[in-house]
Amino acid sequence: MSAPVSVSLLVNGEPIDAVVLPRLNLADFIREHLKLTGTHVGCEHGVCGACTVRVDGEIVRSCLMLTVQAQGASVETIEGLSDSGEIADLQAAFRERNALQCGYCTPGMLMTAQDLLKHVSMPDRPAIREHLSGNYCRCTGYQAIVDAVEATARTRAERRA
Amino acid sequence: MTVTRPPAGMLSVLDRPNSYIGKTVPRPNLDRLLQGRGQYVSDLELPRMAHVVFLRSPYAHAKIVAIDADVAKRMSGVISIVTGRELEAVITPWVGVLSHLKGLKSAPQHAIAVDRACWQGEAVAAIVATSRAAAEDAMEHISVDYEELEAVTDMRTALDPATHVIHPSLGDNLAFERTLNAGDVDHALLGSEVVEADFVFGRHTGVTLEPRAVVADWSAAEGRLTIYQGTQAPHMVQNIAALHLGLREAQVRVICKDVGGSFGIKVHIYADEMATYALSKLLRRPIKFVADRVESFNTDIHARDHRCRGRIGVRPDGTITAFEIDDLTGIGPYSMYPRTSAIEANQVVNLVGGPYLTPNYRARARVVFQNKNVMCQYRAVGHPIACSVTEGLVDLAAARIGMDPVEIRRRNLIADDAYPCASPSGMKFEQLSHHASLAKLLQMMDYDALRAEQAALRAKNVHRGIGIASFIEVTNPSAAFYGVGGAKISSQDGVAVRLDAQGSVICQTSITEQGQGSESLTAQIVGSVLGVSMDRVRVTLGDTDNTPYGGGTWASRGAGIGGEAALQAAKALRQNILDVAAAILQSTPAELDIVTNSIINAGDGAPRMELNELARIVYFRPDTLPPGIQPELMATRHFVPRQYPFAFTNGIQASWLEIDTDTGFVTLLKHWVVEDCGTIINPQLVDEQIRGGVVQGLGAALFEKCIYDERGQLTNANMADYLVPMSGEMPDIDIGHVVSPTRESELGAKGAGEAGTAGAAAAVANAVNDALRPFGTKITEIPLTPQVILTALGRI
Repeated sequence: MSAPVSVSLLVNGEPIDAVVLPRLNLADFIREHLKLTGTHVGCEHGVCGACTVRVDGEIVRSCLMLTVQAQGASVETIEGLSDSGEIADLQAAFRERNALQCGYCTPGMLMTAQDLLKHVSMPDRPAIREHLSGNYCRCTGYQAIVDAVEATARTRAERRA
Repeated sequence: MTVTRPPAGMLSVLDRPNSYIGKTVPRPNLDRLLQGRGQYVSDLELPRMAHVVFLRSPYAHAKIVAIDADVAKRMSGVISIVTGRELEAVITPWVGVLSHLKGLKSAPQHAIAVDRACWQGEAVAAIVATSRAAAEDAMEHISVDYEELEAVTDMRTALDPATHVIHPSLGDNLAFERTLNAGDVDHALLGSEVVEADFVFGRHTGVTLEPRAVVADWSAAEGRLTIYQGTQAPHMVQNIAALHLGLREAQVRVICKDVGGSFGIKVHIYADEMATYALSKLLRRPIKFVADRVESFNTDIHARDHRCRGRIGVRPDGTITAFEIDDLTGIGPYSMYPRTSAIEANQVVNLVGGPYLTPNYRARARVVFQNKNVMCQYRAVGHPIACSVTEGLVDLAAARIGMDPVEIRRRNLIADDAYPCASPSGMKFEQLSHHASLAKLLQMMDYDALRAEQAALRAKNVHRGIGIASFIEVTNPSAAFYGVGGAKISSQDGVAVRLDAQGSVICQTSITEQGQGSESLTAQIVGSVLGVSMDRVRVTLGDTDNTPYGGGTWASRGAGIGGEAALQAAKALRQNILDVAAAILQSTPAELDIVTNSIINAGDGAPRMELNELARIVYFRPDTLPPGIQPELMATRHFVPRQYPFAFTNGIQASWLEIDTDTGFVTLLKHWVVEDCGTIINPQLVDEQIRGGVVQGLGAALFEKCIYDERGQLTNANMADYLVPMSGEMPDIDIGHVVSPTRESELGAKGAGEAGTAGAAAAVANAVNDALRPFGTKITEIPLTPQVILTALGRI
């Protein structure tokens, strides 16, 4: 079980073939092998949410997933969501509202917020707080983040209307 | 916003057209962080870089008899395994004392333990390997022969004659003691009701989301060490690294880019960081250390582990006649370096009773050694303890005489027109605004309506409480904090500003950024004073080779001290630009102004010349300038407060919460803060500093506690067991301001970074007691866990 294993996956739409140790977690693979350092490591035991990425459309904690489990999957990181423009409005709302200070939780927070906004068109504040409650932020006290997510939901709803 | 007094003088440099001062503008360069393209030390890789992990003592106190690393050394990827004894040849030990804290003592601390480990988590060997995983694999094959020693864990018995002395050379376990006696407490208490309580505070820690991280890169060819570190104080790190590695400061460069949270955790010098610097020198290659989460809990400084007996005297008319405290705190086995671990207790003595009129105050604080992780300065050092004790006592006094908590404060807070004045502990107040802040708070929260709602709900067996806490906050510290005690921690800061060849502005500042907005406030001030738009101002921070010398960002000093240096540097550059412009335009500096990147006529506003044209002439066609003109398109200024040791600020907080008396759970419904930090540079950034600070205080109030067992084992060193505030439990926080600028600077700004943390826990504790008033309970302990509440209610 400790010999290197071949793995093929898509990361931000780019086909990746790699040979990795079975024990290598997805967060370390993304950061150390692919040099996509926007996926942050905060606790390495699945509590803080800083390493949140999207695997086949669902958000996961990449520190709790082995790289080999991503065989054949499509992985999306903050760099991918940024470059595709998918969350440009959410990022702008975070900027306007100063919904980030040190920025370390921000990629995971954006991933989780976008996940909520994809599933619920107009979440109220308790719903936003609930959905983000697995992402730790020590700097902001959360209110600005909730404001930014709420504002983005509103503008997206207006755009749809 | 209430302004208690206008800034000195007439129209200031801040009241210019298109000024950014007092305006909410987004922080520059946030896209980097929003796209996951920040540059944290955790992200850094250098050629030939190796990784270090530390084997740490599993015992709180143990003799290291032997270390056998033979097997580990032969493992794949291992570069070196280094013990404390071996590292001693490269780096000298240190003692964390300051001469102005009279009597403070500590023992020499090594980068890696030599012969003895004094807390669970102290490093006993370093494993350097090509990857962190390889180093961790090897670590499991090192065998250490320990002889467990008696651990001192209870601060209450640390000074007993029967208790083991941790450092025999010191004679006892007392690190520091301070007493203070102002006025006549005994006489004052004679004719008063006296209320007494024991206040207990949980030991907690910062839990920065990015753990401490450092890459040390010794270049044997240059004879120079480059340290990449998430730190609040680069020049302090430079000084300490050089001192203990036997280098000149010029041989050490400290670079600090993005930092994933700090809050005082990253303003100290940790043994494992010192070991990393030394290992780079020893092994002549870059070495990276990033703490994992368990290491963070076991080695990042802890704070606030205090037990404080408090007494207050009150007359039936509500007059507070005296405060008295006896504070005890346990700081771990060493006083932390170089800021020491006596500061928090010292601050408690300085701050208790601070908002109030009574001149009678007696205090004793004792700081003792223990075999637990080290304690030191964390956001709002000492303030939450002083505020919780003071405000807890004030509420108890009010309850004793049957007075409303607001009324007793109204009768005892120092009047807004009584300044300047001093506290019984000698703190000098330039201008505070307790009464204006209280009035504004009551209006924001609609106090009377809340009281009515509380009463109505009580009839339905719903238990809600209102808690109020006034506070004072130390900001803008002068040399009185550290410099006078002999620490090479600068209290002044510098800013260099220059006009580039296209009319943009480059600033270098010695304050640092951990997300507070240091870059933004510097750009706002420089842009406003110069008349240059913010998008043309670029700010460099966090590099000892490329910024002026200065203290950095801590103790709520960045805006007040670094901001004033930026203002003065920009003023000087503006004058230099106008001198050159006058020469080019055959005018006089007084007839010209700079607005929106152009030189204009001051009188009629007519545009005369764009700044980029002026820069082109100065840099590329100086031959066309009149004879004798030597333009200086760069200016540097420094600033340090001299008149007041600290620019005290003040504020008041209120909490509105509900308690489920069956489960003991507290639901925070709303929180209010009114704060006076003087001139506000960016209202949004100030408010967000306060909100973030409040939530750190709410964590302390309800959740956070490092739980040690009797053998000194930290039993909850992970994020699943050590609870921090998450979005689901936190309330919305409303913020208001009163503005009393300091006249010690032209900018008038005081600090705002710690106000939220200072008073939040006190407000919550008072609200919990208010909610439980019908049950006749009195809780003076935080965190206010369900267990604490149910115990007080007699339910468990």
